[in-house]
Amino acid sequence: MTDTAVVTLEGVTVTYGRHAALRDVTTAFASGAVGLLGPNGAGKSTMLKALLGFVAPTQGQMRVLGLDVAAAPLDIRARVGYMPESDAHIPGMNAVSFVAYCGELAGLPRVDAMQRAHEVLFYVGLGEARYRNVETYSTGMKQRIKLAQALVHDPDLLFLDEPTNGMDPKGRDEMLDLVRDLGHNKGVNLILSSHLLPDVEYTCDSVVVMDKGRVATAGAIDALKQPRGRVYELRVKTPTGAVEPFLERLRAAGLDCHATDEDVMRVFVPGEGGAHDLFALAAAERVQVRHLRPSVPTLEDVFAHAVGES
Amino acid sequence: MSSPQPPASAAPSPATSIRDQGYRRYAGGRAPRGQAWIVIARSGIRTMLGKKAFLGLLLLAWFPFFVRAVQIYAAANLPQASQLLAVTAETFRQFLDQQEIFVFFITVYVGAGLIANDRRANALQIYLSKPLTRAEYVFGKFSILAAFLLLVTWVPAMVLLLVQVAFAGNFSFFVNNVFLFPAITVFACIQVALGASTMLALSSLSNSSRYVGILYTAVVFFTQAIYGVLFAVTRTSSFSWLSFSANLAQIGDVLFRLRPKYDTPWPVSFLVIALVIAASGFILGRRVRGVEVVA
Repeated sequence: MTDTAVVTLEGVTVTYGRHAALRDVTTAFASGAVGLLGPNGAGKSTMLKALLGFVAPTQGQMRVLGLDVAAAPLDIRARVGYMPESDAHIPGMNAVSFVAYCGELAGLPRVDAMQRAHEVLFYVGLGEARYRNVETYSTGMKQRIKLAQALVHDPDLLFLDEPTNGMDPKGRDEMLDLVRDLGHNKGVNLILSSHLLPDVEYTCDSVVVMDKGRVATAGAIDALKQPRGRVYELRVKTPTGAVEPFLERLRAAGLDCHATDEDVMRVFVPGEGGAHDLFALAAAERVQVRHLRPSVPTLEDVFAHAVGES
Repeated sequence: MSSPQPPASAAPSPATSIRDQGYRRYAGGRAPRGQAWIVIARSGIRTMLGKKAFLGLLLLAWFPFFVRAVQIYAAANLPQASQLLAVTAETFRQFLDQQEIFVFFITVYVGAGLIANDRRANALQIYLSKPLTRAEYVFGKFSILAAFLLLVTWVPAMVLLLVQVAFAGNFSFFVNNVFLFPAITVFACIQVALGASTMLALSSLSNSSRYVGILYTAVVFFTQAIYGVLFAVTRTSSFSWLSFSANLAQIGDVLFRLRPKYDTPWPVSFLVIALVIAASGFILGRRVRGVEVVA
């Protein structure tokens, strides 16, 4: 746990009936923009809902902005903005009424709430459509208004649950720009839950990777991407034409490799040997190395490695 | 940190212009905790008052008040009508009885969608992610319905009491029937608590306000029908505790110091009403949550 952590979980288990959605999770979310990454069903949304006090953990402790979730859920919610994954709005309201209403629910005086509603609707790009009934909005607009209602009371921490779900590429880029701007220029801490690696990599500084209700890995994205070895993109020609035996040989030697095409593979070489080890193994197997290029590890590598390990 | 590129069109996009609109931190004051129910109630009341059909229903619900006001005027000022239209405590009991039909329609019109519509739009997680408790949410919704129900029961009945004093030109009726003030208040409160809590509980069970309206109608009429059948078979009104409206009528008669219509002891009727309200509270506690747990 770090001193600058805005959210901490210690041994948290959340169960739905007999199904454990979170299993003894201990982790910390640093201030700034943090990604909560994991495949569908990994427990990301459950974690956010538990942090909001929607579901009570069967064991463990959670703190948000230094406050105990079990003891002070209302104090936490006053300082947190939540953008849910599913479509959500107050029926029968236009956008500005809806967002102002959310501001009032969060304790803002009526006039301030209305003023903030106009501001945040312009900020999220709904200024022109703010007098339209929310029920007539497109999917992308609904995502934006969910962000607006989460922002209206000026939270210190934002929980964004799959904010780019259902958006077209242009809208998705704009949403990611907004999230990145909030996290990096507006001083809002945020936790971005997503199963989309590029979204997290673009908007966040650090990441918590979840898999099957457990934390697979966590840390600053830059640090996680620093390999404890080197990754190479490799193209080979084998005497028999089949790449698989050579892949088996590499794996037997402790190298992590994935074929990405017929004769192209990504190979992780642990330790300091680097390309020398690869050439030695290829020579021993009478395999010609046609192409060898050091590869920059991506968050996808980190994710695959972490999930594979777990 | 070197910024990774965005996934699709990474070049500066129109989003830049969105950011230019700015986002600033809020430095103003915040209301003390525990007042969110007022926000919910105010918004709900304003929404309903914006509906012309509902305003029409409210006006219609005040029609019996004007009829009774004319009766009180005639009884006080026209000697030939003073015997026929004499105002007694029972007049007020009859007035509240007459209002029951409007209580029913307003409960269905206002109450059916109060929680059901929020469930349909997934609004509960929006509400409960704000600093308000589930009890505040329910109380806010309850207040919307209660306000309108009191507007067609307690308010006109109390105004009628004032009208009687005004037209009679003295306080003798009021002094002789001083129990009317608490009787009207308690009866109206029980009526509102029963109708509103039952409707809210039903509303929390479904995502469709139409279905909830039908369900409430079925509950009210079905309980009365069962009692009717049992009465026809047994020729005794001991089973009146099965009926929503019969229980209310029984309590009303006791409060207005009239002879009860049914054989069921009034404490039994009161207990049934209390149990229905408690069951509604239990259902609301189970159904009003930020997350739907299916396990």
